[in-house]
Amino acid sequence: MVKIYGRRQEMQQTFDAELDVDAQVVRFHSSRSHVNELRFAVPVIGTVYGTALNYRGELTNMGEKVNEEPYKEPPKAPVLYIKPKNTFRSHKADIPFPEDSDYLQVGAALGIVLKKQATRVTVDHASDYIAGFTIVNDVSIPHESMHRPAIKEKARDGFCPIGPWIVDVSDINNADDLAINVYVNDDLKQSNSTKNLIRDVHTLLADVTDYMTLYEGDVLLVGTPENQPLFQVGDTVRIDIEGIGSLENKAVANSIKGVNV
Amino acid sequence: MKRARVAIEGAIHEAVEAEGKLKLKDGRLFTEDEVSWLPPVEPGTVFVLGLNYADHAKELSFSAPKEPLVFLKGPNTFLGHNGSSIRPEEATNMHYECELAVVIGKQAKNVKKENAYDYVAGYTVANDYAIRDYLENYYRPNLKVKNRDTLTPIGPWLVDKDHIKDPMNLELKTSVNGKVTQNGNTSDMVFSIPELIEYLSSFMTLNPNDIILTGTPEGLEKVIAGDEVITEIEGVGQLRNYIISDKNLVT
Repeated sequence: MVKIYGRRQEMQQTFDAELDVDAQVVRFHSSRSHVNELRFAVPVIGTVYGTALNYRGELTNMGEKVNEEPYKEPPKAPVLYIKPKNTFRSHKADIPFPEDSDYLQVGAALGIVLKKQATRVTVDHASDYIAGFTIVNDVSIPHESMHRPAIKEKARDGFCPIGPWIVDVSDINNADDLAINVYVNDDLKQSNSTKNLIRDVHTLLADVTDYMTLYEGDVLLVGTPENQPLFQVGDTVRIDIEGIGSLENKAVANSIKGVNV
Repeated sequence: MKRARVAIEGAIHEAVEAEGKLKLKDGRLFTEDEVSWLPPVEPGTVFVLGLNYADHAKELSFSAPKEPLVFLKGPNTFLGHNGSSIRPEEATNMHYECELAVVIGKQAKNVKKENAYDYVAGYTVANDYAIRDYLENYYRPNLKVKNRDTLTPIGPWLVDKDHIKDPMNLELKTSVNGKVTQNGNTSDMVFSIPELIEYLSSFMTLNPNDIILTGTPEGLEKVIAGDEVITEIEGVGQLRNYIISDKNLVT
């Protein structure tokens, strides 16, 4: 049994419940349901910050480019960006596929959910500020250059599915060693682990809050592993993160069915 | 109408300008100095334009971009009128940027520039401070330069759209400790307000209280702890800010 938090589409209030991982049954206070019978809403309401180049393999792939124009040197501080609210979608909601791209990239990210305001947090105290973890698909239009903020590539409507829920921090033994698997139409396309992070969860939280306050309900993505799988219109994308669950969304052309938050 | 959000005697209020004072919904009047000014709207998604004045792009040795250079800000960075912004003691290069802020009034998707003003609620003034010591060339300008706590004062007023006859022809001015250091006019923007709304709404949905900071003209100078910085836009308002050092903050 693990403790989970989140929101259901039928109700305004958040829930806290217990998840039987093997049976995939959610036990609420007075009822129980199989995961597939439930309709989850986006489990968080705060700001979502993404982190780029935080997997060793990503930097390896960039090779000598980090020392060349326009970058000139490898990144020093965490490379951050914002996924604005128009991008949020729930588990099982459609991802609207843009007309100006043939492929999209899956960004399989572990999301750190903030428990309370975090300002200038130290590595030693970082765990006190974490409510739990969720799964985020940080969708992008493929883009080579990282020189300028990639708003047009990363901030499209529906480009940030989140969920299905948040697993309580106490039920994650080691967030720096979680297997991540990405499936497109049930074919395994990517396997990686948060053990390959350059900045681990606590270090990232400390480095970010050194100059930028995070608030309760904000989400900090630890990064997306290298060689992001591509998907096309009609594809179903599933991200599994060990100990948390599965986030699944389908890419749909000109969708107006995508559930808004 | 000019609107503000203020804190008075333990409560948050919406206020409007009346007789040179702030009038609360319950009728009470307060002077400017009797209230704590909050950002005039609770910011939704906040877009900021880089290099959107040709002269400023030149000042930073860039040619003006062919497509808008846009980055985003989080809620942590905003601060009301008369607030104090925190400057790291170690920084050597912090400068202000006076910018016209456009507040979105209704949901916008695929808007054409001819209709763009229909989606604007009004305007306010922003000071988009930057600490260039932390510049890196990944997703530049990076958040460590542009999204620091307290480094985006905004306000004092949200001025209704109808009050501003031509937002593309407004004088901008910054003064540091009473001396004017930056001067410009919104007519020099590379991408105009309608073009920016058309551009952004062409690939994403804009929502009420989203804000577009439209960039800054040339005239950047360094500022230090103790400075009083006033960014001002004709007809929109005068935004005052004080700079304090981080040396007394705990870690």
